Amino acid sequence: MTDAISVAGLVKTFGPTKALDGLDLAVRTGEVHGFLGPNGAGKTTTIRILLGLMRADSGSARLLGGDPWTDATPLHRRLAYVPGDVTLWPGLSGGEVIDLLGRMRGGLDRRRRADLLERFDLDPRKKGRAYSKGNRQKVALIAALASDVELLLLDEPTSGLDPLMEEGFREVIGEEQRRGDRTVLLSSHILSEVEALCDRVTIVREGRAVQTGTLTELRHLIRVSVQAELRGPAAGLATLAGVHDLQAQGNRVRFDVDPGALDAALRQLTAVGVRTLVSQPPTLEELFLRHYDKARAGALPAAVTP
Amino acid sequence: MNTLTGTSNLIRLILRRDRLIMPLWILLFPLVVLSYVTSFADLFPTAAALQQYADASRGNASFVALYGRLYGSSLGELVTWRAGFIPVMVGLISLLTVIRHTRTEEEAGRRELLGATVVGRHAGLAAAVICTVCANLVMGVLLAALMISQHLPTAGSVAIGLEFAAAGCIFAAVGAVTAQLTDGAGSARAIAICVLGVAYLLRVVGDVSGITGGGLAWLSWFSPIGWVQRISPYNDEQWGVLVLAVGLTAVLASVAVALSGGRDIGSGLLPTRLGPAAAAPGLGSPLALAWRLHRGLLAGWTAAFAVLGVVLGGVANGVGDLVGTNQTLKDVFARIGGREGLVDAYLSTVMGILGLIAAAYAIQATLRLRAEESAGRAEPVLATAVGRLQWAGSHLIFAALGPAVALIVSGVAAGVTYGLATGDVRGQLPRVLGAGIVQLPAIWPPSRWCWLASLPDWRRPTGGLW
Repeated sequence: MTDAISVAGLVKTFGPTKALDGLDLAVRTGEVHGFLGPNGAGKTTTIRILLGLMRADSGSARLLGGDPWTDATPLHRRLAYVPGDVTLWPGLSGGEVIDLLGRMRGGLDRRRRADLLERFDLDPRKKGRAYSKGNRQKVALIAALASDVELLLLDEPTSGLDPLMEEGFREVIGEEQRRGDRTVLLSSHILSEVEALCDRVTIVREGRAVQTGTLTELRHLIRVSVQAELRGPAAGLATLAGVHDLQAQGNRVRFDVDPGALDAALRQLTAVGVRTLVSQPPTLEELFLRHYDKARAGALPAAVTP
Repeated sequence: MNTLTGTSNLIRLILRRDRLIMPLWILLFPLVVLSYVTSFADLFPTAAALQQYADASRGNASFVALYGRLYGSSLGELVTWRAGFIPVMVGLISLLTVIRHTRTEEEAGRRELLGATVVGRHAGLAAAVICTVCANLVMGVLLAALMISQHLPTAGSVAIGLEFAAAGCIFAAVGAVTAQLTDGAGSARAIAICVLGVAYLLRVVGDVSGITGGGLAWLSWFSPIGWVQRISPYNDEQWGVLVLAVGLTAVLASVAVALSGGRDIGSGLLPTRLGPAAAAPGLGSPLALAWRLHRGLLAGWTAAFAVLGVVLGGVANGVGDLVGTNQTLKDVFARIGGREGLVDAYLSTVMGILGLIAAAYAIQATLRLRAEESAGRAEPVLATAVGRLQWAGSHLIFAALGPAVALIVSGVAAGVTYGLATGDVRGQLPRVLGAGIVQLPAIWPPSRWCWLASLPDWRRPTGGLW
């Protein structure tokens, strides 16, 4: 199956600022793809280029087999977009905006619209100026999710939603995922959201993709944290390559270990005798922090950082 | 905490935000008046020439409608009279300034941000009114100084400065009141501009009725625009009128404070209504959206133009009566076609003025396009199956046809009223309407330039964030 989105070497500058600096992104058809990065990393610029609202300075972008700039209008029939900062027409009610955007996109599923209104607990009769940020976000989300489209471009869609609504949003995206024929590009800086929803993730920083892959693949790149209570004082761990931040207190040890050194480290532990063992896979949070810390420390490889 | 705490900081914020536009209009209006002084002095170098011009003008209904009454014939008086429409412009910019710094801020949520700091309840309103009033006073002082520098009498120069400043202050206070009424800045502006329009119309009807011997001359005293002109600079200044202006400003400002003190932030006094839960079947295209966004503007302008048409058309018949009273005029008008010719000249002047006003509407409607884009509302539309040209076209069609509708309505209204007065609707209607329609080609180009001026940004409709 072809990629729904394929972007290579995308560059976009705004005056002296380089918003995108050779960004690569590949989103497979049918997957929920996380597009992860801090504010200002280039996520929104990428999405705007994919929508044909901006033109890249260089690099290539393909969207659903078409060119996002020249085929914008026909492509837009097949996708729905939720901007990160939703502004509505002050005089139009939420229901009117949902219908309007749906119709201009080429159709709306009435049943799904009613269902989503109920699930997101939105009053569609309020005027645009009366909605809070979260409710404006819901209007745009419902308009997008109730459209029968192949691709959803969601730019930080849960910003402003309360945790309950965030949960509802996850459920809805989960349903989309199970349908299997809808592709979702979900830009976010909320790691737990991406962790819960996405099949694959691309991490961007300063206009460049620094990592891409499944969550499992990405976790391979970073250390496992291990806590153990042993039968006696641990020995040999301190000299083992790949073991970091070792703390030993009597029979208890706590350390981080590179995936490649895990086997050797465990052997050392079992040699002493293990009473309890807690091992945690890295959360996306750690993964994420590592990338940015690493970059700040001068792009040292993970294995060398202290 | 005092309800005015923090006002000085807010004043600094307003001065920072308006650091270009405010000095611009403070300078612009006095300079326009200065240009009248120099051009009058060039065109009519002698007292006799001024006298002749004044005599020919004071009875001319279309001049009186536009500028107000003219009594004497000194250079100062003629300049003041010729600048008779400027107080309306000063009032307009003053009310817009106050609403821009009160209701617009509130609607955008920025007042909330500031309101959570050490800022009193009335500080925002006070800062906006104080800034606008001070700007008007500075303008008045500047104008007076410029007039004195042209060797015009000091008392009259001070009076014309105060006349302009008073108009600005009154309508700044009007803006302060209407900003409390609605929760949208757009409707607050519309109400305030309506008040200004009514004040202008009352003065027009009153003054024209005054020169044609009608019984409605007292109407001018119901209009703040009429009052400030009755300060009559350079002709036995009536300083007492200033008390009226200051009083009205104070009363309106206290009303605004009282209204502001009794409401929640973000809400207006007029109730907000719920909208429909689903869109009407027709609301599904960029054109339908543009209709929703432009229809209020179109209705407002069309109504205003209809009223203007009725009033100006109703005055037309009186214009012809003037011929009998003045021998010089009689000779002049005999040359341009007698009584008929005089009315025709008046009607075509009036339609020319309406065309000028309609051009302002065309520009306003065109700027909606830009506003949609900068507010981020173009983005979701352009992300649907709507092309850029289709989106732009849907707005521009209203910028082109809206002023046409307004002009045609005013032409019909003026034609029918004038026709009824002369008992010849069938004959007059097409002529007056035609005089309106010929203005159309003149009002379209400015709005097109305006659109072109917004093009550089148009390549990146959603710049700024990434």
